[in-house]
Amino acid sequence: MWRKLVLLVAMSLLVTVFAAKIEIFSWWTAGGEAEGLQELFNIYSKLYPGVEIINATVAGGAGAQAKAVLKTRMLGGDPPDTFQVHAGHELIDTWVKTGFMEPITFLYKEEGWDKVMPKGILDIVSYNGEYWSVPVNIHRANVLWYNKKIFEKYGLKPPKTFEEFFQVAEVLKSHGIIPLALGTKDGWEAAHAFETVLIGKLGAEGYKGLWTGQTKWSDPRVTDALETFAKMLQYVNSDHAARTWDEACALIVEGKAAMNIMGDWAVGYFYAKNFYDFGWVLAPGNEGIFDALSDSFGLPKGAKNRENVINFLRVLGSKEGQLAFNIKKGSIPARTDIDKNLFPEYQRSAMEDWLKHEIVPSVMHGAAASESWVTEFKDVISLFVARPDVKTTQKALVSIAKAQGVPQ
Amino acid sequence: MKTDRIVALLFILPSLILIGIFIYGFIGWTGWVSMVNWRDVFPDFTFVGLRNYSRLFQHFRFAISMKNTLVFTILFLIASIGIGLLLAILLDRKVRFEGFFRTVYLFPMAVSFVVTGVVWRWILNPGTGGESVGLNWLLEKIGLGFLKSGWYTDPNIGIKAVVIAAVWQMSGYVMALYLSGIRSVPNELYEAAQLDGANVFQLYRYIVLPLLRPVTLSAVIILGHISLKIFDLVFAMTGSGIGFSCDVPALFMYDTTFRGNYFSQGAAIAMILLLCVAALIIPYLVYSIRSEVRK
Repeated sequence: MWRKLVLLVAMSLLVTVFAAKIEIFSWWTAGGEAEGLQELFNIYSKLYPGVEIINATVAGGAGAQAKAVLKTRMLGGDPPDTFQVHAGHELIDTWVKTGFMEPITFLYKEEGWDKVMPKGILDIVSYNGEYWSVPVNIHRANVLWYNKKIFEKYGLKPPKTFEEFFQVAEVLKSHGIIPLALGTKDGWEAAHAFETVLIGKLGAEGYKGLWTGQTKWSDPRVTDALETFAKMLQYVNSDHAARTWDEACALIVEGKAAMNIMGDWAVGYFYAKNFYDFGWVLAPGNEGIFDALSDSFGLPKGAKNRENVINFLRVLGSKEGQLAFNIKKGSIPARTDIDKNLFPEYQRSAMEDWLKHEIVPSVMHGAAASESWVTEFKDVISLFVARPDVKTTQKALVSIAKAQGVPQ
Repeated sequence: MKTDRIVALLFILPSLILIGIFIYGFIGWTGWVSMVNWRDVFPDFTFVGLRNYSRLFQHFRFAISMKNTLVFTILFLIASIGIGLLLAILLDRKVRFEGFFRTVYLFPMAVSFVVTGVVWRWILNPGTGGESVGLNWLLEKIGLGFLKSGWYTDPNIGIKAVVIAAVWQMSGYVMALYLSGIRSVPNELYEAAQLDGANVFQLYRYIVLPLLRPVTLSAVIILGHISLKIFDLVFAMTGSGIGFSCDVPALFMYDTTFRGNYFSQGAAIAMILLLCVAALIIPYLVYSIRSEVRK
């Protein structure tokens, strides 16, 4: 009797020790995101049966909370097998330069990804001549969403320039509609909107230069951007400090607000609420510019299930994986060889733009600058929302750029 | 005698070692981190002295959050102790269903700060586009519409709205402290005072309140250290708030450490918080140890 029991325990222990596992860390917990992730898991399980998938997620927009958990795990020597990270400076500055990642250039060569992904995206996942992560999707940050019914009712045309934006906003305001929905509870949303104003005022080259030192933060166009943003803030909902980005989108759905500047993950939210009366244009002044961010997964040093991770990364970069994931998530594939007719209307238009627009990296979503710079930037803009003092704010923006070692 | 001591020492040794490592050891480690140049996920242990502290004192967000903590602590202490004392006195007047009321008032303390935060975020949400929700809606319905306010979304109120939630949660606990204090006042004192012709007000003013001084001190210490370290309530209820009007040092610490990777700056904030709490607790410890020695 006892011997049997001991044997049983020993066997079950063996099974848990040797059972194939993979732990995948992300902040995809809601709606379309979680469904997209599940699609990837399904494909993976079909190809590599018998591997147990541990879905380690931490909720919170833009990954604010997940990143904190990830850092304690990485520093504590307990890395997840693979984790979600924004391609660009967040990946390179935080994890690659500090020696936490393994290069995966061999995967790019084996799978031929370097031939099917555009240069704009390959650039931001590479460092020192090696590739460091697989981009699963591309999101666009500079979109202005609007409620079609409201615009039709008042005979308005969606604004393309700042001038038109203020004209439209004035009309909406006079009818008691909130012109611009904003949610600033999590601290990054205002900076996200301001990012598109910077692009609108400085253009692609000027905006990119801000993060490399080619454009000075003391530039009069930055002053103009701040003044314009301050003016835009006069048209937002008064309770923005109580709302998160999705609660701001809810104002559009409910027909209380007419416009919203948000990334295209808003599409997933609208669909989840069965709301189809939305239209989109680019944020004011952003014509011909694609403000991009990308979620990617890499291979941390010391991953416990290295082989399984490599196989998972293969799924992420595959045509099948990118198609299944992005249809659900509302983003577009990083690969350019996927038939766009398989996607809904918004994504089709984004996929066309992805090929012909100029691509700039999003700062608020980790692509354009290091996390420390982004944190300071978001704090300065957060304060600006409450105290729109253009001069002080511009000075603060100059000094945080200096602190990052970017000459001003 | 000697073996007794050795046995006693053996019994407390494990907890001494654990506390030594996990509390004092980590305090020492945090102190060290606050004086190096660790500003990336990869540690850099170059000694920089007090540079992180001097940077911190120039940081606008630190100044705002320290000011907010001060406002929060003062209002929270006054309101919780005032309301707690009032409730205790009322309950002490032998009301009916005393047990029921006691439970009702004490109950919020059993709720986690995170739950309180989320609920009060909804209650104090001012609504938008001319529509009122939560408390504003209630005020409007009962004809007190002029009291409507932006609550925590109004930068002039900010952290003071969080005080409301914190007081709701903790004043019942203060009531319990005071109630047990009042109940421990010997009956003879009441009788003697009544014989001397003291009315109810005088009874509390000259007999009960002076005897409750140690309870008040405990309440100040307990609530004070909670409010200096507060994180979960603010995090769940408002976040940093508009223009950092709800920001507290612990939130700033979390942000700068885990979002900004300024690990040394985060450690410096932690040390300053520790010093603030120590400034509150050490005099109390000295006082209570002295009075124990006297006994």
